[in-house]
Amino acid sequence: MKKHNLVSRLELVNITKQYPGCLANDNISITLMPGEIHALLGENGAGKSTLVKTIYGVVAPDKGDIIWDGKEVNIKSPSIARDLGIGMVFQHFSLFETLTVSQNIELCLSKTQLNKIGDLAARITQLSEEYGLNVNPSRYVHSLSIGERQRVEIMRCLVQSVKLLILDEPTSVLTPQEVSGLFGVLRTLSEEGCSILFISHKLHEVTEICHKATILRGGKVVDTCVPNEETPASIAKMMVGDLAEQDAGYAKKEGTERAFNVENLSLPAKQPFGTSLKNINFELKSGEILGIAGVAGNGQDELMAIISGEDERNVKNSLSLDSLDIGHLHAGERRKLGMAYVPEERLGRGAVPDMSLTENTLLTHSDGFVKNGLVEWQSIKEYTSALIAKYKVKCHGEFSEAKSLSGGNLQKFIMGREIGQNPKVLICAHPTWGVDVGAALAIHQALLELRDQGAAILLISEDIDELFLLADRMAAVCDGHLSPVVRTEATNIDQIGQWMAGTFINNSSLHTQEAKA
Amino acid sequence: MIRIQARTEPSSLMKVASPLLAITLTLIFGCILFSAIGKSPSQALHVLLIAPLADSYNIGEMFVKMGPLLLCAVGLSLCYRANMWNIGAEGQLLAGALGGSAMALYFIDSESAFALPITLLAGVASGMIWAAIPTFLKLRFNSNLILTTIMFNYIALYLLIWAVHGPLRDPQGFGFPESAMFADSTLLPTLFESSRIHLGVAFSIVSAFIAWFILSKSHLGFQIRVFGSDEPAARYAGFSSKKLSWFVMLFAGALAGLAGVSETTGPIGQLVPNVSPGYGYSAIIVAYLGRLHPLGAILAAVFMAVLYMGGDLAQIEMGIPVAVVSMFQGVLLFFLLACDFFINNRLAFSNQATN
Repeated sequence: MKKHNLVSRLELVNITKQYPGCLANDNISITLMPGEIHALLGENGAGKSTLVKTIYGVVAPDKGDIIWDGKEVNIKSPSIARDLGIGMVFQHFSLFETLTVSQNIELCLSKTQLNKIGDLAARITQLSEEYGLNVNPSRYVHSLSIGERQRVEIMRCLVQSVKLLILDEPTSVLTPQEVSGLFGVLRTLSEEGCSILFISHKLHEVTEICHKATILRGGKVVDTCVPNEETPASIAKMMVGDLAEQDAGYAKKEGTERAFNVENLSLPAKQPFGTSLKNINFELKSGEILGIAGVAGNGQDELMAIISGEDERNVKNSLSLDSLDIGHLHAGERRKLGMAYVPEERLGRGAVPDMSLTENTLLTHSDGFVKNGLVEWQSIKEYTSALIAKYKVKCHGEFSEAKSLSGGNLQKFIMGREIGQNPKVLICAHPTWGVDVGAALAIHQALLELRDQGAAILLISEDIDELFLLADRMAAVCDGHLSPVVRTEATNIDQIGQWMAGTFINNSSLHTQEAKA
Repeated sequence: MIRIQARTEPSSLMKVASPLLAITLTLIFGCILFSAIGKSPSQALHVLLIAPLADSYNIGEMFVKMGPLLLCAVGLSLCYRANMWNIGAEGQLLAGALGGSAMALYFIDSESAFALPITLLAGVASGMIWAAIPTFLKLRFNSNLILTTIMFNYIALYLLIWAVHGPLRDPQGFGFPESAMFADSTLLPTLFESSRIHLGVAFSIVSAFIAWFILSKSHLGFQIRVFGSDEPAARYAGFSSKKLSWFVMLFAGALAGLAGVSETTGPIGQLVPNVSPGYGYSAIIVAYLGRLHPLGAILAAVFMAVLYMGGDLAQIEMGIPVAVVSMFQGVLLFFLLACDFFINNRLAFSNQATN
């Protein structure tokens, strides 16, 4: 990084943004120098995306100032941001597949910008050579790979002579070779004085390329560091916080016999943004909670989908319930055998937004309420009322639509509904994500009560505190690999943090994957 | 500046108001159209919309047209609720007419009391088979249901034309492409002395109530509603999309087949090449106009039947080409889709210039 001058490129001063029921950004101050590559780190919901949307003019902050090249600015819209020289590459690209590269780029330029550029195709070719982007202006977007499309997005920013480039998890869709290509481009940009704000979950990349890092937790800046002086594990620890004082408040239990087993589960990713699962093995015992830690997007969603049967691919020999193979059964049949699930998305997956709570009870709980194919609405109404009372779900009544409930209350309802079926195995993803403290406590107690009744519980969470609090045994996922499973008392935050960063994966398996990619 | 803004919540007012608004806009468009071709708009609208309901004979004829429209629309409503984009009601209707007619001709000398029920069942089964093939192709090979059902409409039409020119042609029919007139034992009884309202019309209204019952009272209907409203939730709950797809498609095929066989054994009394003036296509509009609700479809089918009747009357009384009806239907669907856009979006007025 060359120091071009001493005036900062961008300075955020006490940025605060309040959403209903959630303080997304709490007095955040960050300074970016010209040419600096700055990492923005934090768990899901830490406030990273709100902050970059503020910089790009998509979200208006409630309080705080933005200072650009030494002058205070008011960025009211993305077009103002672009005029200042701020470019952003979103995680999901916004390109028209049926248009060419240069047509796509032309679409987001104003008339004055176009006149200034003149021959757009020539400019793209020139920039492409200058930065080694290898973007051909006349190619159609549908014929481009994911990595090439990302370079088109970057080109779109370069054409507008960008001074600050914001990248939202840019490497999550790239192969290792493409990642090193991208880093080359970023280094060139940085040397020319372009600042880069880099959001990533992959800590080794941050230590590799970033000059500075800011760590957010719960909407606040909790730490800053110089990444190449840190290790991925030490950064992971900053992200999730010091847990020394959060000692486990609940008694740990030892499971009895094996209830659910996953054996040699390998599965390629279904979607371009997905993670493939790599030889996952674990067993889940009755009367225990097995916690799985991991940074978002490392295979948790894929694991949940294949266990629940929502991913309909046949994995007959890899999943068993009470020694019975269930990998070939569809989701409904698995439920009938005693599996229940609490998904990460409450509204739209765990509950139908436009339907009443009564109907949402029926969604997964039809046993005893359907006779001869007809629904016994009266008895399911009464059951739902009792459920609402038992779990203290705040709503107008069993007729309330699911979308009218707050996230925490809806989560209590879903948790109660799933527990009410007396499942043998409960798979539970991020149960208290975005939930207030009171509701989280109620959910924790419900889970522990279910465990003590002898159910086997798989708890997938990004919240390490929660895992240490509840889980009897723990493991971590990284890039679709599962770490060894250990008893919670026998491990500590450092070890789990290192596992989250992938230290348990032996190098040989990593190399074979890179070779394949 | 006027901008289009997404609503945070779908407007429940617009859900109801949208079909009414679309009908109003269609009528305004009609007035302009009739003035342009030199006809009095008020007279034309009167002939088109009021005259079909003016006397008992016309009302009877209106119901005769409503029957097949409603049968097809009820089935389509369930399909669309379950996100199965079945455009093939026309083909399923023609298949029903063809299969039913073949059976009716088999019974041409029979006086058995079972002749009519067996004929109707043959029509229903033919419609179901015609719906089953595209369903199988979709579930097995992930083919596009819209395209395959449209193709099957044409296959059914040409099969039917081939049949009336060939194996099912009346040997004493002087070479006309028509079957023999069916025996009385295979004709649908009429419900009233003076009109042509036949049992098929009663079937259609009963089918709407059955579909309503399935949707609101049965677990299967609940699953269909969840599928239409929130597919990830349906998959999470473990509802089998295969089972539901088969059910709605076979149900729609059966009703469309029943509509076809009821036409040939009812008002027509034989198999002719032009069994349907596009009932299966119009039923798509009826289903949407009825908000995909089986009981709403009854009202929408009455409206569409009035339009069909009115079109005939306008041709006879005012010399307006019958193509005007198709045009009205198209414009109605156009306005309906345009109005439905405002269920989830609204216009925002602001003075702020955008750059």
